[in-house]
Parts: sequence; structure tokens; C-alpha cells
Amino acid sequence: DGNDDNEEGSAVENEETAKGTDKGRKKAEPRTRRAHARGRDRHGDEEDEDDEDGTRRTGHRRHRSRRRGRAGGNEAGDSDMEPAKARKNQANQKSKEDDEEEEDEKGGKGGKGKNEKKGDKKSDKKGKKEKANKKKKDKKKSGSGSDSESEEEPITEEELAKLKEEVEEKKKLIATLRNKPWKMKKKLSVLKEAQLFVEKFEGALGKGKGKKFYAYKVMMTKKWMKFQRDFENFKTACIPWEMKIKEIESHFGSSVASYFIFLRWMYGINMILFGLTFGLVMVPEALMGKPYGSLPRKTVPRAEEATAMNFATLWDFSGLAQYSVLFYGYYNNQRTIGWLKFRMPLSYFLVGVGSIGYSFMVVTRTMAKNANDDGGGDDTSFNFSWKMFTSWDYLIGNPETADNKFASITTSFKEAIVEEQESRKEENIHLTRFLRVLANFLALCTLAGSGYLIFFVVRRSQQFALEGLENYGWWERNEVNTVMSLLGMFCPTLFDVISSLENYHPRIALRWQLGRIFALFLGNLYTFIIALMDEINLKARYLLSFTLEEEKIVKYNMTIWEASLYNGTIPENSTAPPIQVDPADVPRGPCWETMVGQEFVRLVVSDMMTTYITILIGDFLRAVFVRFFNYCWCWDLEYGFPSYSEFDISGNVLGLIFNQGMIWMGSFYAPCLPAINVFRLHTSMYLQCWAVMCCNVPQERVFKASRSNNFYMAMLLFILFLSTLPAVYTIVSIPPSFDCGPFSGKTRMFEVISETLEHDFPSWFGKVFGYASNPGLILPFILLMVLSLYYLNATSKSYKEANLELKKKLQSVRIEN
Amino acid sequence: TCGGSGAMGGSASLIPRDLLGEYQELTFLSKQEILLAYKRFSELLPKEERENACSTRVPKSQILTLPELRANPFQHRICHVFSTSETRDDSMSFEDFLDMLSVFSDSATSDVKSHYAFRIFDFDDDGTLDRKDLEQLVNCLTGQGEESRLSSAEMEQLIQNILDESDIDKDGTINLSEFQHVVSRSPDFARCAAHQRVA
Repeated sequence: DGNDDNEEGSAVENEETAKGTDKGRKKAEPRTRRAHARGRDRHGDEEDEDDEDGTRRTGHRRHRSRRRGRAGGNEAGDSDMEPAKARKNQANQKSKEDDEEEEDEKGGKGGKGKNEKKGDKKSDKKGKKEKANKKKKDKKKSGSGSDSESEEEPITEEELAKLKEEVEEKKKLIATLRNKPWKMKKKLSVLKEAQLFVEKFEGALGKGKGKKFYAYKVMMTKKWMKFQRDFENFKTACIPWEMKIKEIESHFGSSVASYFIFLRWMYGINMILFGLTFGLVMVPEALMGKPYGSLPRKTVPRAEEATAMNFATLWDFSGLAQYSVLFYGYYNNQRTIGWLKFRMPLSYFLVGVGSIGYSFMVVTRTMAKNANDDGGGDDTSFNFSWKMFTSWDYLIGNPETADNKFASITTSFKEAIVEEQESRKEENIHLTRFLRVLANFLALCTLAGSGYLIFFVVRRSQQFALEGLENYGWWERNEVNTVMSLLGMFCPTLFDVISSLENYHPRIALRWQLGRIFALFLGNLYTFIIALMDEINLKARYLLSFTLEEEKIVKYNMTIWEASLYNGTIPENSTAPPIQVDPADVPRGPCWETMVGQEFVRLVVSDMMTTYITILIGDFLRAVFVRFFNYCWCWDLEYGFPSYSEFDISGNVLGLIFNQGMIWMGSFYAPCLPAINVFRLHTSMYLQCWAVMCCNVPQERVFKASRSNNFYMAMLLFILFLSTLPAVYTIVSIPPSFDCGPFSGKTRMFEVISETLEHDFPSWFGKVFGYASNPGLILPFILLMVLSLYYLNATSKSYKEANLELKKKLQSVRIEN
Repeated sequence: TCGGSGAMGGSASLIPRDLLGEYQELTFLSKQEILLAYKRFSELLPKEERENACSTRVPKSQILTLPELRANPFQHRICHVFSTSETRDDSMSFEDFLDMLSVFSDSATSDVKSHYAFRIFDFDDDGTLDRKDLEQLVNCLTGQGEESRLSSAEMEQLIQNILDESDIDKDGTINLSEFQHVVSRSPDFARCAAHQRVA
């Protein structure tokens, strides 16, 4: 529709609106091209725009009220435009005016960002023309004789909707204001204007039916937004250790700080696990279960009573510590306890399974978020540009770190150029290959050796246990833990030495190193588990073959022994004896779950001790030595051999991950493990923050933190999966001890679920569950999941390819142009 | 304007509540961060002027004493881009300071960050990154020492590689949309955050 009084630009707008595109500003391309061409002109026009802005702003209010005034009035003045279009046009123009103010700050920067859709429309510098256009329109409208000031005329539905739309637009503008790259002054003025408009017309919108409800809704929205903002502020204030981490970031850069952020995240997870085990397992048993000393399983046996309270025994987690809520064996197998009828065994089982499920969910969610941030992983296409534009670490505030960063950037530039320039000329490729094969062979030997050593040591410790630990000193008691910790300390250094044979690029060498350390820790942990499981299996097999027999024997022994107290006949049913037998004297059955739990707790504690001692000796004492002995030493200690240590990020992160793996493995048998770990992480944070600021120097070769993030998450997920396998295996296939723990008396631990379904749920529920757990239903379900995985994988591949195609097309189109 | 109460107690009283609310609305900073920023900013001023911190401008030399800016190779460009000073002396007012902190904060969108990054890297303020800009950029990144600078052959090669990668329309310069296209795919850019140590 050609409109005589509209200039070319507005005509196009009208056409867009006529076509019914509500948000006409989507049609941005023609404008940008024009904008691009006019880029140079912009400077000249800038100053004029500023002047016009002021006058235009005052003109706004008048303009608007006039327009509102003719809302219900006759549109005779604009006979060549339909009413709907006229109003849309007005709306467009109004927001156009608001956004035009951005131009005086944007200056001549060519092109606009993606979210500048509204801005794109305004970018064609028809400012003057449009202003003249508007003035003409004003005149025309005022000249049309409609009663401009009458607000009292009834507002039609259509106009109401229009108004609502405009108010919504303003609100959206307010919400996205902070995304706009304008100066604060301009943002403030735009904000004030938009807020005034919204306030003014929100009232008007409320006229007619449902006014009160609308006003109420508006007020609630405002209160909700304020609440949200306050809650965000509160959440940010709650994050612990923020200042400490910022200080480290400033001093060492973001890669070192990423370790501490990871530590803090782990701390959060462990707090949740601690909450679950403490609140749902330990506290109910302590408060509502039978107290200490009432049952045989809850009492220290008479034989051990003398040493039960010694510090050495407690440190070893036997004695009084063993017969408490800290370990599996203490819990009673009563189906419900206390006046709340709290189902203890069910809770124990569900907490165990729930912790694992929660951990999986959290780790996978974080991985997905990191993958999103990665943005598709186009690693190689922007190598140089990324080095150029994104390599500086803006968190660095320390000049020495900055110097190191400069050097590292320069080196990476030079390396990248050289790599790009010449093809790799392998000097003496055969020697290099031979050396690399040799290095890998040596690494494998180390791994095998350490695995064998652990197996050997665990076996020995079982023998010691059989012969009674009292005959042996401190070393024999703690052999396993010490050996594992020492291996964890020295083997990585050995790997470092081996890797010097290989002569790789530092980043590749780091990856090999990480891989080997990972294999070491994993191998150690699994050897340990296997050795333990071997032992348990032996016992279990023993038990299985003699279980019923042994149970009978032990029970018979117990009854005989009870009867001996009567000095009389052997009672057939062991009803409550009139004589109170001290539980401490009752003979006990074996309790392998507590034993396993104890092993894990000891391992975690000794690992913690080793870490702290390593920090104190390896970092602190070394720094003290270098600092004070430098004066009386032959060579410069600070630059030469020991020098100050650098913070070993990968070693520390791996240590953290494996520690968490041990927690996941052991927390089913020792509910106290998450609590111990929370304490450990808390003290770790303070100790390591202090150590890093006091004893370490910034690293010479700086690697990016970001790309490794998902690598560490992937390792964590892998460890989580591997850690839960042993626990799941024992739940499913090994019978629980008959004399201790919440599942005693059952043939398998998971039977507690079927028991609950029987007793606590209506019968139809049990039936449904039975049908659902039918293999005939589960297998197709698994098949379905596998198929959907395959489908999603295929789709994502096709999207990546489509992406590449589009890029190529983009390039070729530009070249043609 | 900020109501300057005589006492220095409680920086919350030095920014009026509605202005504080507006700043929260318009920046990516939380209330505590804005108040901390106010404190840090007023510490850069001499004692007499601290009460009017909202409306005073801090000269560039003072701003550059902040540790993160001092170590930053782009310190001058950052001050220049964020300053709204009419006399073009790159002095910053409190609102400019807030703008800067907001753009560098963690929660800022990558769009707004890349927009400002482009302006910071555009040394000659002409709206595009041409060869001269890129050369200056590389020199900033490789530090001040003579031995750490790249030779001219290496520089040529580097700039050519960059233009090959990023210059889609092959006009020899990188404009804003090309820059944003390149940088938004980088995993490091979204994390290019400087929580300026405002405590």
C-alpha cells in the first residue's frame, strides 16, 4: 500500500506490518546492508542526532497522548491507511524512536550483533526524514479534527490488545536492557521512560472487566520479580570461600583457581550425601533404635572391652567406634522402629541407592552444561583467532603471573606458526618410536608392579588379622593404607621421568601423564577391591556352604550357653529368658560388611593424612629451606634445583576424584564416610589455599582450564560408574551377614523392597510392580533405550555435517560476491 | 545524585535505594557487588571527594592502579572504551566503572562481551579490525620485552592465518559480525571473566 505521506523507509515498514508480521523488526537484512554502506556517514550524522534526541523526547509525550487520544476516535484523517495498520505503524514508530537513541553511543561500528534485531531496523539513517515524517503525520492527525485529548472514550477490545502488546514490549525491553551495549546514562534514561510508560498505561489497561484482577496480577508479578532478585543476591552471598578463590585467581590465573572451584563443587555434593546419610540413616537409628548395649550386635564384646576406649583403637575405627551408628553392623533389622514406625532397613537401602543416583544425575548434568558451553567443539577451524582473541586471562592481577602468561602466549604463537608452516620433519623417526615403545613398556611394568604389590599386601593383612592384630606393631596394622598412599605419591614422579624419554609436545605429554596416573589409581583401587572381595567371597562361599549349618550351630551354641545359665533343661523355643544376659557375652557371627566399611574408612583417613603431610613437607618445608638456606648454599636454590614448587593441578584433581571414588564405594557399608569426607574437604580447602598462596609460585607453562573441565568430569563419571559396581554386586549376589546390619536374616539385601511392597503397599501395587519387573518388559525397554541413543547420535552427527555445509556455503557465497 | 551523608558508615546509605535498584536492573551485578564496587571506587578518590563519588570522575592514572588492570595488556583500551568523558581524557565515572564490571562479570552474555571486546581490540576506532589493529594486538599480547616479540616474518604469517580463518567476506578486515561469529564458538570466551577484586 503506497502511502503518500510516508517516506520510503516507513513504507516498507507498513508493508511488513500489513503482511501481518507482528514484530516487523525481524526483517533485518535489508537494513543491515544499508547500514553497512552508511557506516561512514554515521559520524557526520551523529551530532545532529543528539540534538534531535532532546527535542524528540519532549515531543514524545505529546505525540503519544495525541495518538492515544484518537484511539477511539475516527480515523478519517488517515483515510489511506486502515486503522489496524495505522496503530501498528504507530507502535513501530514509537519503539523506533526509543531505539534510535542507541545510535549516538554506538558510533560508527559497522554491523550489529545478533540480538540487535530492533536496532537493525533503526540503523538506516532516515532519522531526519522520519522525524520530518512524524511531524507531518502529527499535523495531519491533529488536523484531522479528532478529539485528541479525550481519554474517556471507551477503548475497544482491539485497542486494548494493542496497548497490552505495547506494554509487554516495554517490559521485555526493560528486562533485556542490561544485554544492550549502551552507556549507563542512556540505559538509565531508556529505563525510566519505559517504566513511566508501563506505569501509565498499565492502569489504563485495567479498565473494564477484570480490572481489579489485572491490577492484582501486576502487583504480584512485581513482588515476585523483587523476590527473585533478592533471592539471587542471597544465593550469591551464600557461596562459601568466594573471596579466597578470587584472591587465588588474581594471583595464579584461572587454571589453578579451577581446581579450587572443583573442590568447592565436590564439597557441595558431599554435603548433600552427608545430609542424606546423616539425616535418614544415622539420626533415626541413634534416636529411635535400640540403644547401645541392648543387643549383642550393638555391644563391644567382652574380650575387647578393655581396649575399647583407647585412642589407638578409636583411631583404627574398632572398639567403641565400630559398634556405633558409624558402621553397618550396628543397625538392627527390625522392620519398623520407634513411634514413627520408621522403616530403617528400607531407608538404609534407599539412601544407599539414592546417593548413587543423585551423584550420577549431578555429574551428568554438569557435563551436559559444560558441553553446551563448548558450543559444538569446532576445535581446529579457529585456532589462531582464538589464540589471539581469547588467550589473555583477565583474572590475573599479579605482575609475575602476567609475565609468565605473556611468555606462554608468545611461545604458543611461535609454536603454532611453526607447526603451520613446515610439515613435521621427523628426525630419526625410528629412534623416537623405539624410545616411545620402551617408555610405554616401562609404564606398564610400573602399573603391574604396583598392582601386584597391593594384592600381596592385602593378602598379608588378612593373615595378620587371622592371627590376631595384637601381636603386630603399627606398620603391620596400617600396611595396606600406607603402601597405597606411598604408591600414589611416588609412581607419578616415576611416570614423569619415563615421559622424558618420549619427547612429546608438552600438551600431549601432559595427556599421557594424566592417562597413566589415572590407570595407576584405578588399578590400585580395583586391586584393593578384588583382594577384599576375594576374601569376602571366600568367607561367603564358606558361609554359603555352611550357612544354614553354621547358623544352626551358632544358634544352638547360644541356646546351650543360655541354658547353662539356667543350670537346667534346654528350652526348645528361645523365649525371653527371665535372666538378663549381658549382650557383651553373647557369641557373635562374622560381619564382613563392617569389616569392608572399616577398611575404606582407614584408607580414606590415611589418604587424608598423606596429602596433608605431603603438602607440609613437599611444599612448605621445601619453601622454607629454599628461602633461608639460599644465603649459605653453593648454587642459587631459587632458580636451580629445588626452587619453589608449582601447584600441581592435574595431580590434585586426580587425587580428589579418586578420593571421591572411595567414598562412593564405601558409603554403603560405612554411613560415616560422607561425614568424614565433608570434614576432609573443608580442612583441605583452607590448608591448600594457604599453602598455594604461601609456598607456590605461578606456573611457567600455562594451560587453559576450560578444555580440561569436561575431561575431568568424564573421569569423575567413569570413576562413579566403576565405584558403584562393587556395591551393586554385593547387594545383588552376596548374602548379608546373619548377625549384623539392617538386612540380617534375609537371603539378599534387595529383598527389603519386596518386603515393603508386601506389607506397606496395597496388593495391586505389588502386582503392578511384579509385572513391571518382568524380564519380558525390561528387555524391550532396554532395547528401546539403545535404539534412541543410536538415533540421537545419528541426528547429532547429521546436524554437525549440516553445520559444516552451511559454513562452506557461506564462504563460497561471500567469495562470489 | 547520591545523598552524601556525612558519616562514612554503611556504603548502602551512600547510594539511594532506587538508584541501587536501577543499577541492579541494568547491570549483571548483584547488590553486594555494586556496593563493593562503590567502596573500591571511592577508595580511588582523594578523601575530600569521596562523598560525591557518584558524580566525580576518576582520572585514568588512578584507575590503572587497580591490580587487574595494572597487569592487563589492554589497560589503556579498556579505559578508553568504557569512559564517557567529554574531554576524551579517559577518566571514568562510577557509572562507567559499573559498566565495565558488568561486562566483565560472569553472568554477562557472550553477545555483550564480544561487542565490547571488539571495541577494545579496535585500536584505531574505525569499526573494523584491520592489519594494523591485529599487529598492535599481537604486540600487546607478547609483552614488552624485545626478546618476546615476534619477528616481522612471523607476524606476517600469523596475521595472514588469522585473516584466513576469520575474514569471511575476504575484504581484508574483520568486522563486528565476523568477530562475534569467531569468538562465540570459543569455549574460553564465555569464561573470560574478570571478577575485579572489589574487596
